Amino acid sequence: MEKPLTKHINPLSIPLTLKEYQKVGGYSGVQKALKTLTPAEVTNLIKSSNLLGRGGAGFPTGTKWSLVPMTEKQGSKYLVCNADEMEPGTFKDRYLLEGNPHQLIAGMIIAAYAIQAQTAYIFLRWAYKKAEAELRKAIAEAYDAGLLGKNILGTGFDLELNVHSSAGRYICGEETALLNSLEGKRATPRTKPPFPAISGLFGRPTVVNNVETLCWISHIVENGSEWFKSLSLTDTGGTKLFGVSGKVKKPGLWELPLGTTVREILEEHAGGMLESYGFKGLLPGGASTDFLIEDHLDVKMDFHTVAEAGSRMGTGTMIILDDKTCPVAFLQNIERFFALESCGFCTPCREGLPWVEKILGAIESGKGRMEHLDILKFQTKYLAPGNTFCAHAPGAAEPLQSGLKYFYDDFISHINQQKCPWKS
Amino acid sequence: MLSEKEKTEILEEVNRYPYPSAACIDALKIVQEHRGWVSDEAVKDIAQFLHLSNEDVDGVATFYSRIYRKPVGRNIILLCDGISCMIMGYESIYEYISVKLNIRFGETTPDERYTLLPVSCLGDCDHAPAMMINEDHFNHLTSKKVDEILENYK
Repeated sequence: MEKPLTKHINPLSIPLTLKEYQKVGGYSGVQKALKTLTPAEVTNLIKSSNLLGRGGAGFPTGTKWSLVPMTEKQGSKYLVCNADEMEPGTFKDRYLLEGNPHQLIAGMIIAAYAIQAQTAYIFLRWAYKKAEAELRKAIAEAYDAGLLGKNILGTGFDLELNVHSSAGRYICGEETALLNSLEGKRATPRTKPPFPAISGLFGRPTVVNNVETLCWISHIVENGSEWFKSLSLTDTGGTKLFGVSGKVKKPGLWELPLGTTVREILEEHAGGMLESYGFKGLLPGGASTDFLIEDHLDVKMDFHTVAEAGSRMGTGTMIILDDKTCPVAFLQNIERFFALESCGFCTPCREGLPWVEKILGAIESGKGRMEHLDILKFQTKYLAPGNTFCAHAPGAAEPLQSGLKYFYDDFISHINQQKCPWKS
Repeated sequence: MLSEKEKTEILEEVNRYPYPSAACIDALKIVQEHRGWVSDEAVKDIAQFLHLSNEDVDGVATFYSRIYRKPVGRNIILLCDGISCMIMGYESIYEYISVKLNIRFGETTPDERYTLLPVSCLGDCDHAPAMMINEDHFNHLTSKKVDEILENYK
């Protein structure tokens, strides 16, 4: 089984230097793209590979690029790498950034070439200090080798690559909020349209792609779209980094074909539940995804298959709810996070999420009433897409509404017993 | 007043953007790096330097979790209270640190050695529970391990 993204990553040692990475074929995609393909040919290649964005939403990468105006000769365009990984339970981009920063840089050079951007930024999570150090080192190496800066590889293409270490807010992961943050402002999301491809960073055409997405680009240019499609078990294409955290025997991260079942990831790769812990449910791709339960263990991990099961693949890093963790406390923790991280711009999110968190707290501490459940159900509709300015509150509503559905009896027992049954 | 060193570092960031105000967050981080936190005075100095209003800079400063608008201790303990760390028992680590240092989240020890803050997911979920002290990451926390780690931050 091929593992293109993690092949050259050894978490126990330092990442490959530029020379070492070039020796094993790194940057050959850059050579090929810049020297033999036109920008339009690169975009078409990515389009035909059907590479779906790995940040969580799964938007087709080539389509995103093709929205950037290419006729305009004057003025600047931007490429931004979204490396603000902050979805609770998610630790995949960190692995790629710390393990092989050159893989990302190579992908960014090609992506920037495809949209003819002269400036690129990596918007990096503040906490990822090791990733920042490795990235800065790798970028300096790439400048020295003529892979960044003016006239890259003698092709006449210029690219400046900057690292912006963020100041910490979950909402920065929302692409238009990220752009405001890069402009030095509060990270409140922007109205769409106009989409960033038309008016993004500093009002200029901009593409924002996730780390894992950009890490694919050089591989696809090198090996072709048919090769990429052949890597998955489903028809989407590619492998994916999948992770598991919680009370399992071997929590961790693995590169596996898209379409690998939840059961295989949980039982084979994560080793199953720890002794004396039972499986109760899981969030398949971070805190803002709907619960899956035992009935869903044979669901294939891919964007459309997880959606058919009523959830989202999201970031592909699962959080396991075991039978010794109270589902109400679990949800309260998540909703407190979303309440704290609301940017406060729109009212349903700013007021609704703290309300949800307080009610969950009341139920958990033994002060729950039956009408609380009606309020929670009302909130899941009130915070649904269309009622809020961005996807933050709808994301927060996903685990809540599915939690109410699957663990309804546990809510009732909290209210009946006027205490948390998980606390002695 | 911004020091010459702070000004030089801020200008270096300004050069990465098409206009100076875009470096607002970088400027706040630079000042905090030198002074530990961002005072009202510092907000005014940055505003003047980047041609922004004081309110604009304060709006940005108070938006981001990692900009401190109050004095902090010499060492900042950031304990992850994310969902994976909750499952793996961060609450007992929190109780242990609180009792040991006699401070709750948001507080600083009287000798200004430690400030204790909650932090959202640190991306170390497969090694939970996790925390950072200043720029350093720690995981698989136990009370014994916390004792050893804290000793190294004077």
